[in-house]
Amino acid sequence: MGAGLIFSPRDFLSTPNPHRLRSKIAREDEHQLVAAAKSGDTAAFEELVSRYERKIFRLTMNITRNREDAEDAMQDAFLKSYSHLKTFQGDSRFYTWLVRIAANEALMRLRKRRPNQFSLDEPIEGDEDLMPRELQDWGPGPEQRFAQTEMREILSGVIEELAPDYRIVFVLRDIEELSTEETAASLGISIAAVKSRLLRARLKLREKLNRYFQQGRAN
Amino acid sequence: MNCEDVIHELSDFIDGELDAASRQELESHLNECSDCKLVVDQTKKTIEIFCDSEPIELPSEVRNRLHETLRRRLKEATP
Repeated sequence: MGAGLIFSPRDFLSTPNPHRLRSKIAREDEHQLVAAAKSGDTAAFEELVSRYERKIFRLTMNITRNREDAEDAMQDAFLKSYSHLKTFQGDSRFYTWLVRIAANEALMRLRKRRPNQFSLDEPIEGDEDLMPRELQDWGPGPEQRFAQTEMREILSGVIEELAPDYRIVFVLRDIEELSTEETAASLGISIAAVKSRLLRARLKLREKLNRYFQQGRAN
Repeated sequence: MNCEDVIHELSDFIDGELDAASRQELESHLNECSDCKLVVDQTKKTIEIFCDSEPIELPSEVRNRLHETLRRRLKEATP
C-alpha cells in the first residue's frame, strides 16, 4: 500500500481549481445542511446522503469495478464523513471532501482484492505510445446516436478496460472534478504523475470511444 | 511546435493551464494540422461525454441497506 494513501479528513481542505467545470450538483443550501449535520441533526445528514448517494456509488463502482466492494466503500465513506464532520472546515465543498473519503475507501478495497495487479507506485509508461493512430471523424453529436442506457453501457465498458491507475486518475479529475492537487493528495502521488496518467487516460478513452463513434458506422 | 509536442501539452491545453505563448503556438499548429485538431476536439468531447453521463442507478436494495445502516449507526453514535 502506498505510504501516502491513508489520510485524515483534515487533509482534504484545499483550494478549488479555477479551471475545472463548475459542478452541477452544488446547491445553495448545502452549507446549511452541513452546519445542521455538524450540530447533530441526523435528518440533515441523511438529506446530504440522499443527495450524493448515486454519485458516490458511481465513484466507488468506477474505482473498484465490483458491486460488493463499491457498496461497502460507499457505506463506510458516509459513516466516516459523519464521524469526521466536525473537522470539515468548509474551505472546500462538502461533496469534494466526501469524494476524497469515498475514493480512499474504494482504493483500499481495490488494493485488498487485487494486491498484485494494481499499484499507483509503478512507474508510468514511456512516451513512445502516446501518438494517436485511430483518426476518424465522429460527426456531430456522436453520443446522440445511442440510447441513454446503451451509452451508459459503452462508457462503463470503455472505462473498465483502462488500467486501474489510469482509470482512478481520470475518474477523480474528469468525472468528480477534483483538482490536480486534490487528486495527487488523495492518491499519494506527485502532481506530475497525476498529469501524466490523466493525459494517457484521456487519449486511451478517446481511442476506445472511436470504435463506437466512427461516423457512418454506428446507426 | 510539432504534432508530438501538441499531444504532450494536450491536457494542459484542454484544462487552460498552458502559458499564453505555448497556447498560441499550439493553436497555430492546430490551424495547420487537421489530425491534431481532430485529436484535441475528440479528447475534449470524450471528457464532456463522461462528465455529462448520468450516474448509474443505485439499486433500491443497496439504497435501503445504506440508509438502514446509517440510521442504526448514527443512532448509536448520537448520545
